Amino acid sequence: MQIATRQLADTALVGVVGRVDHRSAGQLEQALAPMMARVGSVRGAIVLDFSGVEYISSVGLRVLMVAGKQMRSQAASFAIAGLQPVVAEIFAISRFDRVLAVHADVPSALAQCSASALAAWQAAESPAGPSSPP
Amino acid sequence: MKQVRFWGTRGSLPVALTAAGVRRKVVAALRGASGRSFASDAEIGHYVDSLAFPAAATYGGHTSCVEIETGGPDFMLCDLGSGARPFGLSAMARRAGGAPQTFHVFMSHLHWDHIMGLPFFVPAFIPGNRVVIYGSHLELEAALRRQQEKPSFPVDFSIFGATMEFVHLEPGQPRDVAGVSVTTMLQRHGGDSYGYRFESRGRALVYSTDSEHPLAHAEHTDRFVEFFRDADLVIFDAMYSLADSISVKADWGHSSNVVGVELCQMAGARHLCLFHHEPVFDDDAIEALLAETRRLEEITRVDAPLRISAAYDGLEITL
Repeated sequence: MQIATRQLADTALVGVVGRVDHRSAGQLEQALAPMMARVGSVRGAIVLDFSGVEYISSVGLRVLMVAGKQMRSQAASFAIAGLQPVVAEIFAISRFDRVLAVHADVPSALAQCSASALAAWQAAESPAGPSSPP
Repeated sequence: MKQVRFWGTRGSLPVALTAAGVRRKVVAALRGASGRSFASDAEIGHYVDSLAFPAAATYGGHTSCVEIETGGPDFMLCDLGSGARPFGLSAMARRAGGAPQTFHVFMSHLHWDHIMGLPFFVPAFIPGNRVVIYGSHLELEAALRRQQEKPSFPVDFSIFGATMEFVHLEPGQPRDVAGVSVTTMLQRHGGDSYGYRFESRGRALVYSTDSEHPLAHAEHTDRFVEFFRDADLVIFDAMYSLADSISVKADWGHSSNVVGVELCQMAGARHLCLFHHEPVFDDDAIEALLAETRRLEEITRVDAPLRISAAYDGLEITL
């Protein structure tokens, strides 16, 4: 499993690639822990880009549950975006789609969590790049 | 071991199909038969058999009670939930010429829904019969005696005419009972529960109900994977959704279909039977749970397929 993080205004956008299973879930948990402390302290958001995740096990889902709970306790946002069809089915069967904020894609998730983060993402993703003049 | 027969499959307390529930099934069946004619009862039977399970049947029913048919003269049973009452009547009907019978009963734990059938277990009233109750709880005998004390029940434990015996099973130490090797393992549940692994003639059956799985503990998972290893059938507490079992119902002592599939896949088990159904689930809800669990197994399959069933009162599974 690979994890890459980008800071967008008050939001950490975390790209996850691979399988989040019994072997790798701890890696995700460790990666999220400092982020939650940092982002939570400013009531920001964490958005997980799951478009590269091909499978998630119960242990991985537990990590998401714990993270979502901790972020809520800090009045911060936590969202997951871009589930592949198989992973979306696992979310539905486990009922995690009912307890976590799941969005179709990253911009949808950012729009729900932070306007400034969405603006930063749009600027970065635009063909002209983030530093182009208006 | 030849076969497993389910007499009680519901969790927590018995659930009866209501008049309204029966009516819905009849309406659905008649709707499906609209415009058709049947020349015989056999044709009607074929039609009924073609209906979805919730339209023509019910999951039930009684609380935990599972019979293991060993092929020998003795009866083997897991738990004494309310399903022990119909089991006892069936056992009496199967009695050959009034000969005394021996019952080996294995208790997962002593919560009410797993012991409530004993006061109504008719074979225990018959002199000459022998009822041997096994378990790993030190208070096993006291708990069963206590439920029949006044003011909870009018008939004291001493009324039983059969010989009532209690046998302590040390977890992890296999014991031979009627030609079957029986091993118990501690499970996470309020007041503790114990899972059972039965092995005989190359067949392995696991009975693991009222068992919560703390997902953060890898050593716990490893222990269960080993206990389930290559089992022909795993009867598994799938009472809650995974999300509920680790959030609003965390520490309630139960598990989910998702964890059942994962443990069985890791263990190389061949058949997972969802058990201890949530009492608020109707037949449609359990049927949907079964379909979802089969789908989960399909999309997460790595090696050989894992067969999935949902237990119902009356289900028989050949080992």
